[in-house]
Amino acid sequence: MEALTHLGFGETGWGDDIAHGVFVTGSLAVCTLPIGLAVGFLLALAKQSGDRLLFISANIYTTIFRGLPELLTLFLVYFGVNNLLKSFSDATGLPDIALSSFVSGMIALGLVFSAYASEVFVAAFRAIPRGQYEGANALGIGSFMTMRLVIFPQLVRIALPGLSNLWMILLKDTALVSVIGLTDILRQSQIAARVTREPFLFFGTAILLYLVLTLISSIAIGRIDQWSKRGEVSR
Amino acid sequence: MTDLTASAPPSTEKKKPGLAGILFAGFWVVVFASLAYYLAASWNSDLFARYGLPYLEGLWVTVSLVVSSFVCGAILSVPIAFGRMAESRTARVPSFLFVYFFRGTPLIAQIFLVYYGFGEFRGFLDSIGLWWFFREAWFCALFTIALNSAAYQAEILRGAIESVPKGQWEGGRSLGISRSVIFSRIVLPQAMIVALRPYANELILLIKGSAIVAIITVYDLFGITRQAYARTFDFQTYVWAAVLYLVVVEILRRLTNFAEARVTRHMQR
Repeated sequence: MEALTHLGFGETGWGDDIAHGVFVTGSLAVCTLPIGLAVGFLLALAKQSGDRLLFISANIYTTIFRGLPELLTLFLVYFGVNNLLKSFSDATGLPDIALSSFVSGMIALGLVFSAYASEVFVAAFRAIPRGQYEGANALGIGSFMTMRLVIFPQLVRIALPGLSNLWMILLKDTALVSVIGLTDILRQSQIAARVTREPFLFFGTAILLYLVLTLISSIAIGRIDQWSKRGEVSR
Repeated sequence: MTDLTASAPPSTEKKKPGLAGILFAGFWVVVFASLAYYLAASWNSDLFARYGLPYLEGLWVTVSLVVSSFVCGAILSVPIAFGRMAESRTARVPSFLFVYFFRGTPLIAQIFLVYYGFGEFRGFLDSIGLWWFFREAWFCALFTIALNSAAYQAEILRGAIESVPKGQWEGGRSLGISRSVIFSRIVLPQAMIVALRPYANELILLIKGSAIVAIITVYDLFGITRQAYARTFDFQTYVWAAVLYLVVVEILRRLTNFAEARVTRHMQR
């Protein structure tokens, strides 16, 4: 019964705080996803372009952000950018500006996500036969429209399993941002655990909430997968 | 938008560097030059004298923690992988749940649950004589990372074994070879070639993921870095940690490429 009052909503319980944490976790992951996808796609184009400088530069990017621990990337962004901003505002006399933990988390997780996503996109590009480009060319379709109408739809279908893996990793990595003070699921449970001295109950709840989030994600991904294959013959 | 047109078929002729390439490469030149300038300008021999050795000790803690949890995870992953492939439901369901639980939740939450949560059962753990184990942050980290890695390694092992064609089993049977010998002499060597890269990736992920243990007071490379930063407020402490991590991961990656080239040399033409 005691557990129920602890997890309840309102003044005495921590339910509403943790529910807010779920919202923060979800919105951080959802906000990071489009940035990571867009940057990852551009990086994949750079690796595919045949331009040596673009190829090398994009590979430096992936080597760095796949090699660094996510937590260290987060700290580098949080402390590094904030130090830079501070010395900038000291030098110019402008009012202080600082990155919040949410924005730092978005940048750091976006860097990591895009580095991995670019590899997924590159693999997908390689899986599309040359004939697709040549066919589009023979029909007189311009290179931008070829990309949009011929290549991209196939690319999405091939890249989807890899990208959904990355989404799951992103969702779990948001928990790291709690270390720099983001009030997500883990942070709220940590505070609740400290105040009530019930760490097992609250960290257990946090873990179950993450399981629920990954479960919802896998159902949603299944739907998207069905949708992306709607053009294929059903057997 | 010039990028989008460049994406067309991987062209055979080498293009001249475009504007985007020059800008991107120029960006890195500026970044590395200013980083080198920053490190040179903030060179501090006191800092090195004080934290040089602790950094290397921290690196040793990271490596020993990762290697021991990887090995424990590898041992644990064998029964789980076979449980996943078993015919009986009683073996399949628990191993599926184990894998789902550890892969579906963040490692940092699992570590918190063990390190902070198990303290609540101190009386019970004391009575079965395990409190000395769960009292130490290092052992808690080892315990959690080993279980977590076991879940991932079980999937790698299962995938690798299932990737070996059925005909290999049937061929062995038709020669009258017993099941255990088929497995250890025919299927497993082929599976290990498939599993080599995923295993190496798992090791790299553990090295990166183990930075989390700094939060529960283990002084690994990241823990030492946090301590050094908290005492000096010198940002280069983080930059040096980044360099060390990148070097370790890059060495592992090169070793993997070398090992893979070596074990697949009979397939190269």
